[in-house]
Amino acid sequence: MAKIILNINSKKYPLEADPQMPLLWAIRDLAGLKGTKYGCGVAQCGACVVHLDGEAVRSCVTKVSRAVGKKVVTIEGLSETNSHPVQKAWQDIDVPQCGYCHSGQIMSAAVLLREKPDPTDQDIDDAMAGNICRCGTYLRIRKAIHMAAEVQKKAVKG
Amino acid sequence: MENQTLSRRNFLKSSAVTGTVFSLGFYWPNDAKSAKIIQATEADNFGVEMNSWVHIDTSGKVTIFDHRAEMGQGSYQAVPQIVAEELEVNLSEINVVFAPGDSKKYGNQVTGGSSTVRGSYKNLLKLSATAREMLIQAAATQWGVPKMECYAEGGHVMHKPSGKRKHYGELVEAASKLVAPKDVVLKKRSDYKLIGKPLRRLDTPLKTNGTAVFGLDKHIPGMLYAAVERNPRLRGKVKSFDDTGARKIVGVKNVFKVKMGVFNTYREGVAVVADSTWAAIQGKKALKVEWDDSGFEHLDTEEIYKRQAEALQTQEGLLFKTQGEPSEIIAKAAKKIDVIYETPYQYHAAMEPLNCIAHYQDDKLEIWGPIQAPEWVQDYISKEMSIPREKVIVNMTFLGGGFGRKAFMDYPHEAAVISKEIKAPVQVVWTREDDATQGPFRPGITYRCEGVISNGEIDAFKVRMAGQNNDHWRGGKKDVANRSTSEGFLKPYMDSIKNLAIMDVPFETPIPTMWWRSVYASTNGFAYESFLDELALEAGKDPLDFRRAYLKEERLQKLIDKIQEVSGWKDRKKGDGYGVAITECFASTVAQVVKVSRAPAGGVKIDKVWAVMDCGWYVNPDTIKAQIEGSVVMALGAATIHQVKFKDGMAVDNNFSTYQMPRITDIPPIEIYIMDNDADAGGVGEPGLPPFAPALTNAVFDLTGKRIRTLPFSLQAV
Ligand code: FES
Ligand code: FES
Repeated sequence: MAKIILNINSKKYPLEADPQMPLLWAIRDLAGLKGTKYGCGVAQCGACVVHLDGEAVRSCVTKVSRAVGKKVVTIEGLSETNSHPVQKAWQDIDVPQCGYCHSGQIMSAAVLLREKPDPTDQDIDDAMAGNICRCGTYLRIRKAIHMAAEVQKKAVKG
Repeated sequence: MENQTLSRRNFLKSSAVTGTVFSLGFYWPNDAKSAKIIQATEADNFGVEMNSWVHIDTSGKVTIFDHRAEMGQGSYQAVPQIVAEELEVNLSEINVVFAPGDSKKYGNQVTGGSSTVRGSYKNLLKLSATAREMLIQAAATQWGVPKMECYAEGGHVMHKPSGKRKHYGELVEAASKLVAPKDVVLKKRSDYKLIGKPLRRLDTPLKTNGTAVFGLDKHIPGMLYAAVERNPRLRGKVKSFDDTGARKIVGVKNVFKVKMGVFNTYREGVAVVADSTWAAIQGKKALKVEWDDSGFEHLDTEEIYKRQAEALQTQEGLLFKTQGEPSEIIAKAAKKIDVIYETPYQYHAAMEPLNCIAHYQDDKLEIWGPIQAPEWVQDYISKEMSIPREKVIVNMTFLGGGFGRKAFMDYPHEAAVISKEIKAPVQVVWTREDDATQGPFRPGITYRCEGVISNGEIDAFKVRMAGQNNDHWRGGKKDVANRSTSEGFLKPYMDSIKNLAIMDVPFETPIPTMWWRSVYASTNGFAYESFLDELALEAGKDPLDFRRAYLKEERLQKLIDKIQEVSGWKDRKKGDGYGVAITECFASTVAQVVKVSRAPAGGVKIDKVWAVMDCGWYVNPDTIKAQIEGSVVMALGAATIHQVKFKDGMAVDNNFSTYQMPRITDIPPIEIYIMDNDADAGGVGEPGLPPFAPALTNAVFDLTGKRIRTLPFSLQAV
């Protein structure tokens, strides 16, 4: 056990954790933020994706010690008002079914859109192939990412 | 929108503070087919508690109890959309609360068989219209005007001649004192403002910012976490265990043996209770358990299918349905088609692994979890643990997928047993590995299909299935054919094919099996619809024309017209790679056409899927489309990517690294159409699944001349 401080969504969380504990469980059980999901625990499904210093990481295989001193952003912190272009596009076309995978899907898509503001279908395949959706919402995910790109472009142009 | 689950006790508390409410509910007498509408004042006479269904408080806010689980299929949207229509309120004024398990109040709550809408919409429409009429009556009385001069809109009652209006909230008290009218006039479909429109789902915003509370997200004060090492051979007992390693893990508090029921058998395991999920999982990994599974055969996949094939060659089977003389014709025929189709065992693989919270205290049990069948959980646990049924409270959360697996009582039962042992609330978390290997699974089934064609028509049609019967787990009779032997097969065929036999060859293994999205239609559909294609070929007929000749019903003819038109069926040339299939599932019929082509890198690729759904009366076309998209993706996985394989009595693949899933890169465009008619509502969540696999393999045959008779098959290897 070690005392650590995590910076999650710009808030400080002093925690006592086994440094080996995956960031996922520290976020969920210790910080009590339940938006980030457990799907496989072995970096296969993407349900646990969070941003670590702006990079999309699978928190189920990221040791909590690696997050110390870095900025963690979870789905709860992606935007204040559920209004990131990706969130908006997701709402506009009702992407989620059960919704369980979508914290991870949205966090992956947000990084994609930052890196590639105008992604091609191939870019979407490359960035999103690590996220499983058992309900099969993939067609809508693709459509929503293109839509979010448009929204983002307009916002930039102002 | 609030997202919450309320126990009955908490609801009573919260309704007490809101003061006057106008509530209309259902009363479901045990012996009645349909519900009676009752008011709070009458509830006593029926000996039932009110607080069900629809409440309107003095602020005009409407609370609806959603009696079904929300696992992605859209009940959270469909139920309010129905109520808002007849009640004449805006969807935004509706607050949805998941109803706690209580079949006395809510009728059948088992979310399965695609039944949420089709099982309750008529009652819901009537209930909401009754409430609306009572509110109008209350306003008319207060104004001293004839009721027929008034109407309701947007949560208000209006008086047409004077333009006066009253908010529902102001009328709640008066309306609650009126006697509910017996017969109310429901709106015509053409007058609907909400039903039939692609309205946005109410639960979407909760699912884009992490606020939707799934079972795994629920937290109860003082809650501990548990992980359980269960017998990997699916049945049997713990012989001994060594917990030295587990107890060394920081955070681990307790280790003990647990037994949970799986219908009428039991499964043992060793539970590790800890102060975090991670510690519990670590503790579980550190356990050393010796299992006693004597009496259980350690089967391999190959052996299962070998035995099914043997049974189909040597046994006639139990009769499900027959007419004419199919066997005689087949025996005498100079030429017959006699083929075997194999379908694999499948795992549900909901993205949210199984989990459940239980809190046992003072002879009372409260449960929170992603649960499809709350009343079964109540019944089962009450019996197993000798707790009075009304003291088993089951609260439902959002489900991160269910597909049938979460309509089972084992995981809540196990959580209850653990909570009772440790005398504290506990969340039992199944790791993905537990979830993937423990079953129950969809049964793998082999079919033998025999047929004779003469003069371009089916002269004899005989199909036999050999596979596990899900009902046997629940004590179903073993000397009658599986009641689902023809599931998926369109009923009109059973009249129009003159010489026909559908049989079930009994087959058992120790592997636990159960329903999986669309149940037997998912496997039957593949066999029967592939076989029809083979018969059409033998008859020298176009596969769609061939089917059409046996499906004379007007609804089916229209469905066939539609799929023919949208897929450009008549413009295609032979060998272009088109395949069709039509199946029925939970009172809805779906036709699909799949188009495939040669992939540049070798193998075959899916270019497009067209689907036409006839589900009769429906609520939200966009939800239906989403369900079909999802069904096709799930069917694609089961047809071309994954299967549960067994070795030495254990499921082999234990995570997505080897039990691969369809991903965004695998999905073809899907074009969906919904038929409009006034027939009774059919299911929506499952019927899109069964036709996909046969439409795909029929398309592969059209393109390549290769007939796929065993699933899953690799698209790359064709
Ligand atoms: S839970 Fe981390 S990738 Fe699946
Ligand atoms: S929406 Fe259910 S897993 Fe993606």
